[in-house]
Amino acid sequence: MLSKKQARTFFLGGTLVTFLAFIALTIYSFSGSQDQTNHENITEAVIRGKHLWETNNCMGCHTLLGEGGYYAPELTKVIDRQGEGYIKAVLMSPVPWAPNGRKMVAYGFSKEEAQDMVDFFKWIGEIDLNGFGEVVGVDRTRSSLSE
Amino acid sequence: MKYKSQKVAYWFFALSMALFALQLVYGFIMGFAHAGFDGLHSIIPFNTAKAVHLNLLVVWLLSGFMGAAYYIIPEESQTELTSVKLAYVQLISLALVGVAAIIGFHFNIWEGRKFLEIPRGLDYLVVANVLLFLGIILTTLYKGKRRTTTSLVLVMGLFFAALLYLPGMLPFDSQVTDSFFRWWVVHLWVEGVWELIMGGILSFLLIKLTGVDREVIEKWLYIIVGLTFLSGVLGTGHHYYYIGVNKIWLVVGGIFSALEPLAFLAMALFAVNMYRKGEKKHPNKIALYWTLGAAIVSFVGAGLLGFAHALPQTNLYTHGTLVTAMHAHLAFWGAYAMIVMAIISYALPNMTGRKFNDTNIGRMAFWFSNIGMIGMTVAFGVAGVAQVYLERVMKMPFMEVQKEVEVHFIVLILCATLFVSGIVMYMIEFFRHGRPTDEALVKN
Ligand code: HEC
Ligand code: HEM
Ligand code: HEM
Ligand SMILES: [Fe+2]
Repeated sequence: MLSKKQARTFFLGGTLVTFLAFIALTIYSFSGSQDQTNHENITEAVIRGKHLWETNNCMGCHTLLGEGGYYAPELTKVIDRQGEGYIKAVLMSPVPWAPNGRKMVAYGFSKEEAQDMVDFFKWIGEIDLNGFGEVVGVDRTRSSLSE
Repeated sequence: MKYKSQKVAYWFFALSMALFALQLVYGFIMGFAHAGFDGLHSIIPFNTAKAVHLNLLVVWLLSGFMGAAYYIIPEESQTELTSVKLAYVQLISLALVGVAAIIGFHFNIWEGRKFLEIPRGLDYLVVANVLLFLGIILTTLYKGKRRTTTSLVLVMGLFFAALLYLPGMLPFDSQVTDSFFRWWVVHLWVEGVWELIMGGILSFLLIKLTGVDREVIEKWLYIIVGLTFLSGVLGTGHHYYYIGVNKIWLVVGGIFSALEPLAFLAMALFAVNMYRKGEKKHPNKIALYWTLGAAIVSFVGAGLLGFAHALPQTNLYTHGTLVTAMHAHLAFWGAYAMIVMAIISYALPNMTGRKFNDTNIGRMAFWFSNIGMIGMTVAFGVAGVAQVYLERVMKMPFMEVQKEVEVHFIVLILCATLFVSGIVMYMIEFFRHGRPTDEALVKN
C-alpha cells in the first residue's frame, strides 16, 4: 500500500497538474477564434440590459442560459418565443404580470429600460449554446406540422 | 475540551443554528409559492426568498466551519488561540454582514447572481472578515507545538475557499464570461476546497471517535483530497456545456465528472472502514451517527445524484430544471450540513460538560431530518423528471408544466415538515447542553 508520503505526493501532484490544465483550457476557451457569443455585438444597450438583469435579481425566479431559479420561464430564447412587444409589455406592466396565475414582480420599466432589456435578450438568443438553444427554444419542425 | 479558547467555537455554532432556522423559513416560503400559494409575494417575492435561502445556507455553513476550526485547531496544534477577543470581533462582524445582506435582499439591494447575491460593498467586508479569521487560525497554527495533516488540510481548505471568493468579484460585460467565473466560486467551492474542509473535520472526528491510529486516517485523508482535486477541478466543465463556451468542455467535463463520485465514494468507504476497525468505545454515539451519515449521504447526494445529470447527453435536457434542485438539496445536506452537525454534536458535550451523548431525542433528530430530506429529494426529483419530459422533450410551455408538477410541492412541504421536526429536536438538544464553561476543561 501507499505510504503517507506517497499519498501526499499524489495529492499535490494531481492538484498541480489538473489546475494547470484548467487554466490552459480557460485561456483557450476565451481566445478570439473560439468565441461563440458574438462578443462584438455587446453594445452599450446590451450592457445596460445586463445591469438591469443583475440589479433586479431576475435570476432569482428565471433561468437564463439554464442558470437561476426554477420558478419562472427559461428566458434564453424568449425573443424567439414571445417577440419583443410581449416582453416589453411584461417589463413595463405596473401590476404583477401573471397571465398564468404565478406572479412576477411589477417593475414598471420605462420604454428605454425595456428596450435595453430586449437588446440584452436578443444578444443572449444568438449565442451558440452547443445544442441547448434548440432544447429550450421554439421547435419549428414540430409546430409547422401540427398547425 | 483541552483549551479555554476552544469555547469561542460555541458561539459560532449558535450563530450557525440561528441562521439555519431562518433559512428553513424561507425554504417554506418558496415551497408554498411553487405549490400555488404565493400570498407573501408583495413583501417577500420569490427571488428574495431564494437569495435569502441560499445566502443563509452559505453563511451558516461558513459559521459552522469557522467554529469547527476554532475548536479543532487549538486541540490539534496543542495551544490556545492567539486572540480570543479578535475571534469574538470576527464572530460579531460575520453576523452583522450576514444580517445586513439578508435585509438588503428585501429591498432589491443585491448583485443578482445566484449564490453571489451579496452586494459589492459588503463583499469587501466579507473579505476583511475572512482575513481576520484566517489570521487568527494561521498564527495559532504557526505558534502551535504540532502541525498535523488534519489541521493542514482543514486550514488549506479554508484558505482556498477565501481565495476563490475573489473571481466572483471580477466585473465582466458578457453574461457568458460572468457565468463562467461564477462557477469558479460555486463549483470550486462545493466540489473542491469545501471538500478539504469536510475531509479535515471528518478526519478529526474519526480520530477522536474511533480511536484508529492517526497515521492510518491521515494517509487516507490525502488520498481522498487528492481524488477530489484530480476530478473536481476539471469537473468544473460540467457547468460549461451549454452556457456559450466551446465544445471542448463537453469532453473534459464529461470525463472528469465521471471521476468525481470516486472522491465521495472513497470518503464513505473510509469512514465506514475506520468505524469498523475502531474500538467502538466512545460514548458520543450521536456524533458518530452524524459523522458516518455525512460520509454516506454525501456520496448519494453529491456523488450519485450529481453524476446522474452530469454527462453532456443528460445535462442537455436537465440543465436548469428542478432536477438540479433535487441534487442540490441532498448534496448540500449530506456533505456540508451534516458534517457541521457532526462536529457540533461532538464538541458540545466537551465544551459544556453535559454529556447528552446518546439520547432518544438526539437519535430521533438524526432519523427524522434524514428521512425528511430524502423525501424532499424524491419530491424534487419526481417534479424534475416530469418537468424535463414535458417541457424539454414534449415542448409544453413552461407555465403549463408548472401546473402539472404543482402537486409534488405539496409532497415536498409534507416531507419538509418531517425534516424540520428533526431539526427542531436537534436544536432542543443544542439548548439543553447550556453554555460552555471552563469547568469542562480536562487535563491530559
Ligand atoms: C418573483 C419572481 C420573478 C421575478 C423577480 C422576475 N420574474 Fe419575470 N416572470 C415571472 C413569472 C412567474 C412569469 C410568468 C408569468 C405567467 O406567465 O403567468 C414571468 C414572465 C416573464 C417574461 C415572459 C416570459 C414568457 O415566456 O412568457 C419575461 C420576458 C420576464 N418575465 C422577464 C423578467 C425580467 C427581465 C426580470 C427582471 C427585471 C424578471 N422577469 C423578474 C416571475 C418573475
Ligand atoms: C424546510 C426545508 C426546505 C424547503 C421547503 C426548501 C425548498 C426549496 C425550494 C422550493 C427551492 C427553490 C427551487 C427553485 O429555484 O425553484 C430551494 C432551493 C435550494 N435549497 Fe432548499 N429547502 C429546504 C431546506 C434546504 C436545506 C436544509 C438546504 C441545504 C442543506 C437547502 C438548499 C437549497 C439549495 C442549495 C437550493 C438552490 C437549488 C438550485 O437553485 O439549484 N434547502 N429550496
Ligand atoms: C457536496 C458536493 C456538491 C454540492 C454541494 C453540489 C451542489 C450543487 C448546486 C447547488 C448546484 C446548482 C448550482 C447553480 O445552479 O448555481 C449544482 C449543480 C450541478 N451539480 Fe452539483 N454539487 C455537488 C457535487 C456534485 C458532483 C460530485 C457532481 C457530478 C459528478 C455534480 C454535478 C452537478 C451538475 C452537472 C450541476 C449542473 C446542473 C444544471 O445543469 O442545472 N455536483 N450542484
Ligand atoms: Fe459542479
